[in-house]
Amino acid sequence: MQGQVNIQNPTIKYKAKKGKMEIATRIINYVLLVVLAAVFAFPFLWMVATALKLPTEVYTIPPKLIPKTITWDNFIEGWQYADFTRYTWNTVVVTTLAVLGTVMSAAVVAYGFARFRSRYSGLLFAIVLGTMMLPNQVLLIPTYILFSKIGWLDTLAPLIVPSFFGGGAFNIFLLRQFFKTIPKELDEAALIDGANTFQIFYKILVPAIAPALITVAVLSVAFHWNDFMSPLIYLNSDENFTLAIGLQFFQNSYGSSQVQMLMAVSLITVIPLLILFFIGQKYFVQGITMSGLKG
Amino acid sequence: MKKNYSSLEKRESRQFFMYISPWIIGFLIFTLYPVVYSIILVFTNADMTGSGEFVGLENFKKAFSQDPLFYKSMLNTLYFVAVSVPLSLILSIIIAILLNQKNIKGMAIFRTAFYVPFITAGVAVTLLWGWIFNAQYGLINYALSFFGIEGINWLSDEKWAMPAIIIMTSWSIGNTIIITLAGLQDIPQQLYESAEMDGANRLVKFTSITLPMLTPTLFFNLVIGVINGFQIFTQPYVLTEGGPNYATYTIMMHIYNHAFKYGEMGYASTMAWILFSIIMILTLIVNRTSKHWVYYDN
Repeated sequence: MQGQVNIQNPTIKYKAKKGKMEIATRIINYVLLVVLAAVFAFPFLWMVATALKLPTEVYTIPPKLIPKTITWDNFIEGWQYADFTRYTWNTVVVTTLAVLGTVMSAAVVAYGFARFRSRYSGLLFAIVLGTMMLPNQVLLIPTYILFSKIGWLDTLAPLIVPSFFGGGAFNIFLLRQFFKTIPKELDEAALIDGANTFQIFYKILVPAIAPALITVAVLSVAFHWNDFMSPLIYLNSDENFTLAIGLQFFQNSYGSSQVQMLMAVSLITVIPLLILFFIGQKYFVQGITMSGLKG
Repeated sequence: MKKNYSSLEKRESRQFFMYISPWIIGFLIFTLYPVVYSIILVFTNADMTGSGEFVGLENFKKAFSQDPLFYKSMLNTLYFVAVSVPLSLILSIIIAILLNQKNIKGMAIFRTAFYVPFITAGVAVTLLWGWIFNAQYGLINYALSFFGIEGINWLSDEKWAMPAIIIMTSWSIGNTIIITLAGLQDIPQQLYESAEMDGANRLVKFTSITLPMLTPTLFFNLVIGVINGFQIFTQPYVLTEGGPNYATYTIMMHIYNHAFKYGEMGYASTMAWILFSIIMILTLIVNRTSKHWVYYDN
């Protein structure tokens, strides 16, 4: 008995030591994760805290996270300082239509590239990828002149219509990758059953790549909701402003003296994105991690 | 038989073009036409309406010898890219490794904490950062006071305004983190297991497995980061309006001003193409060197 224990002892000791180190590194990793996540989340908490403060409590040294008195007035007052209801409506219109256009057209085009061969399909897909490299700034000015010639300046059309023509190179690429993961035998079986190619597309393939479509949709909502440069270029009149422009306008007019209201209104405009992300995130992380970015 | 096959092929080709037609139309209207038009604009003094006279290489001459703000904005942009891109790559590797651990409770919450700043990055969040950088009442200076560092006039000090914008943009790197995380999850677990059998420690495993296997992802993030970095506009425009004394004035802001404020479409197009050439050259350099540092599976 005695001997047996002695023989096994070194291994047990080694394992125990290794286990202890594992635990130690796990604790360190945990702490790092919590600290970093807190750093990343803290600005939002600060936004919420400021939005709930009385004007007298905003400018205090040292800054306080939790307000003594919580007030909701900043949301109401701030919202009334400018026509934010109008800006929200415009933003909702732009975002909804542009996202619809992006998802639908990117899916259809990606389907074409994933499932049908042609002598030119290789070349055309290379061009799709090539346009990803072409930065916006080169296209910006001629596109502006084009929209100005057809009388679309100061309308929402320039922010919406381009989305319906392919939905962006990256989205086409991402969705094509997903279509390719679905066995072609599925299509062939449906074809034998008498389905046409479009029925195969929306009855079989679209449901099968739902996580990818949700990923594209969430990213595209965030993009259009936050987009600042295009509305800045195309919109002039207050009644056509989107939230991004309205907020910047609000800051220029009142912001520096009314930080609590600025934060309250900013918070309202961010909340829809947060809700959307929480709903979509299960599919979302899956959608991105499965995207196979290595091509 | 042969004829039958080729008619099938033709039918498939027809369907191919039918499905990709939205992209083809979009490409012609929103890419090809603007590119050609933009090249023509470079050699004109076109105004807001797009009409102007041929001026030869006058616009290039103006950019390189008569416009000090062109250099200033270009240097500012280079400074931004040179610091923010490596910083966000390093940060994203660290965070992605932490997020890639198994058996961590509440991983969805952690992932959300890092991803949400990316989703919300826009004017609202830029305004939030303006408040955080507030010299007197802002959070950052308050945090620094614990380390005995006196308050910095972040947004009104020429030295600190660009670092402030870099800090702010490094906060919304959620997408880079997720892409890096995807890259980490693609590394075959057996590699680590066999390295462990050989007695490799953490550092060895990181430098000889994780990092090399991650290079394709890093390459992707680097290229995208450089392309996006050169186009930085919203944050400096909203936060500092390019100031103080043009310290955060970027090339995109310069192009925007000349095109849409002064109505110099020809000159603005020229600068856009110069910017594009710089991005292209840098991307090509990164691509060339990638042979030496990107690990390819095959």
